[in-house]
Amino acid sequence: MGPNGSGKSTLSNVIMGHPKYKITKGKIFFKGEDITELSPDQRAKKGIFLAFQYPLSIPGVRIFNFLKNMLSSIRGEEIPVSEFKKLLKEKMKLLDIKQSFIKRYLNDGFSGGEKKRNEILQMALFEPKLALLDETDSGLDVTALKTVCEGINKIINNDMSVIIITHYKRMLEYVRPQFVHVIMDGKIVKSGNEELVEKIDSQGYDWLKVSSEEILTTV
Amino acid sequence: MNTILTENIGIDNYKYNFRDSEENYVYKAKKGLSKEIVEEISVKLKKEPKWMTEFRLKALDIFYSKPMPNWGNTELLNQINFDDIHYYVKSTEKQGRDWNEVPEEIKKTFDRLGIPEAERKFLAGVTAQYESDVVYHSIREDLEKIGVIFTDMDTGLREYEDIVRKYFGTVIPPTDNKFAALNSAVWSGGSFVYVPKGVHVEIPLQAYFRINTENMGQFERTLIIAEPGSYVHYIEGCTAPTYSSDSLHSAVVELIAMEGAKIRYTTIQNWSNNVYNLVTKRAYAYKNATVEWVDGNLGSKLTMKYPAVYLLGEGARGEILSIAMASTNQHQDAGAKIIHAAPNTSSIITSKSISKNNGRSSYRGLIKVLPGATNCKSHVVCDALLLNTNSRSDTYPTMQVEEQKDVIVEHEATVSKVGEEQLFYLMSRGLSESEAKSMIVNGFVEPFTKELPMEYAVELNKLIQLEMEGAVG
Repeated sequence: MGPNGSGKSTLSNVIMGHPKYKITKGKIFFKGEDITELSPDQRAKKGIFLAFQYPLSIPGVRIFNFLKNMLSSIRGEEIPVSEFKKLLKEKMKLLDIKQSFIKRYLNDGFSGGEKKRNEILQMALFEPKLALLDETDSGLDVTALKTVCEGINKIINNDMSVIIITHYKRMLEYVRPQFVHVIMDGKIVKSGNEELVEKIDSQGYDWLKVSSEEILTTV
Repeated sequence: MNTILTENIGIDNYKYNFRDSEENYVYKAKKGLSKEIVEEISVKLKKEPKWMTEFRLKALDIFYSKPMPNWGNTELLNQINFDDIHYYVKSTEKQGRDWNEVPEEIKKTFDRLGIPEAERKFLAGVTAQYESDVVYHSIREDLEKIGVIFTDMDTGLREYEDIVRKYFGTVIPPTDNKFAALNSAVWSGGSFVYVPKGVHVEIPLQAYFRINTENMGQFERTLIIAEPGSYVHYIEGCTAPTYSSDSLHSAVVELIAMEGAKIRYTTIQNWSNNVYNLVTKRAYAYKNATVEWVDGNLGSKLTMKYPAVYLLGEGARGEILSIAMASTNQHQDAGAKIIHAAPNTSSIITSKSISKNNGRSSYRGLIKVLPGATNCKSHVVCDALLLNTNSRSDTYPTMQVEEQKDVIVEHEATVSKVGEEQLFYLMSRGLSESEAKSMIVNGFVEPFTKELPMEYAVELNKLIQLEMEGAVG
């Protein structure tokens, strides 16, 4: 969690390898391996998945084809159509997505809720080792939020780490975090458990700002 | 850190970089153009009727008298050396009617191009133009039974002289432009299609074209006549091997759709990047007739092609759907022309262009509404996709509306770039940069590919993928 502009999305983009960001200092290790120099697709193949805050639309590309390509790339071999169809059907059922959905063009003319649900469908097929959910709750009404979060809960397993980036408590009521970190000015300033979420929800971030300034002045 | 956009995509090599040995040419005219060459082709080699010889010679005079176009890519146009071209090459003496009669050498080449598969699927009869002449030709029996003529142009002239004489050069006269005049003087091959009244040809008629001889010109001539209430879909696809010196392809295609008839003409061309592809395509659409041009242009050094529909009768419809892909050192100057010459006529133009590396694509279009053509509708959409920062796209739309009553002419244009964000999104799903790019490009041309028969759509997607990989060859 963290206020606007504190570097939450930057963190997830940097982990995924967005070319817009240049790492000036430090390295990224994933499962003990230095991935700092890897391209986004190479990182994806290591099991890192980013659910975008603003998924891009790719007109003319049908979701079915896109998802099949994605899965084939991740697995490193062409997935047979029949096998893919079966798997896709299963995941769509899990997330309560209609069959007609996959014939549409990727995110083209989608509502906010449809885009987010599509991201989670991708995650379900992808089966990441690390999932970064960048404000997956933003732009969703109460019902859509509930559906999306229930879907996430069904996908999450013990072999998967999930980093949820959010401003609000409401998503975390569905997807319960084991650790809560607050990021400000690009640094983790506070770590805790769900109680920290309650405090931020009632008091905002100002009290953390004060304490961080105090730390500075006392040092 | 990885950089996505600055990475070099690679040099464009041509996929079909192979050729057959040249000993198999039966006849090859000497280079250059003259009255003697035209007479040799017409009288000595083809034994044509006198009127055709005269037509050719008159066209030659027109060709000489006309200046080069002073528009389009004049720099490239002026590099054409008309004296350095063979105007007639004949590769085998005999025409093959069934596949077994086609020479092995030529079959091998077709095999590499994947043609036999299409042949097997569509039994409509293939007119494959190998060099300047037709080597293989077959007409499905039931086509003949319903009176449909589908043959090469030379045979058409020999066997159906009356019909040919009535329509040949009426839609595109030699005086139309310098290259139409050139084609009229030295044409060879192409297709002749005649569909009788009320006949619907259910299967597409297909022809394949190929240029194979260095410095060889290819001047095919196609004429399609659809009698009232009939329907026909004609498909042509081209691919050519790479050669070092320039090659000129200058075809003329004339379509005539009589009252209530419908013609769809689909082209996929993938010339090697030394070819000048300067084609004149025009259709007449009479009362309630429909003409659709589906036109895909890949490759070539310079393509100048503007399929046209003249809406001559009330209620006629014209549709032109095109894609152009310009890669390194290529210029696709393509577009569309619609003339609304009657009331209640409508037209749709959809043009999509892709420019890669320093490739340049231009849309050049004309919508003309003549006086008296009331209640007309025209809708033009031009979308350009740029893959690199040095890629170029231009739009030159012209609208001449001379009738005001209930006339709607709309023009939309968009230019987009393959964005860093789009690439990042797809790459985060495990797609490599070239896979991500070809997915975006294939999506962009989807409105076009979905109009193609399956094999063509698959082939086009593959070609785009190869282009994006850059390691073609």
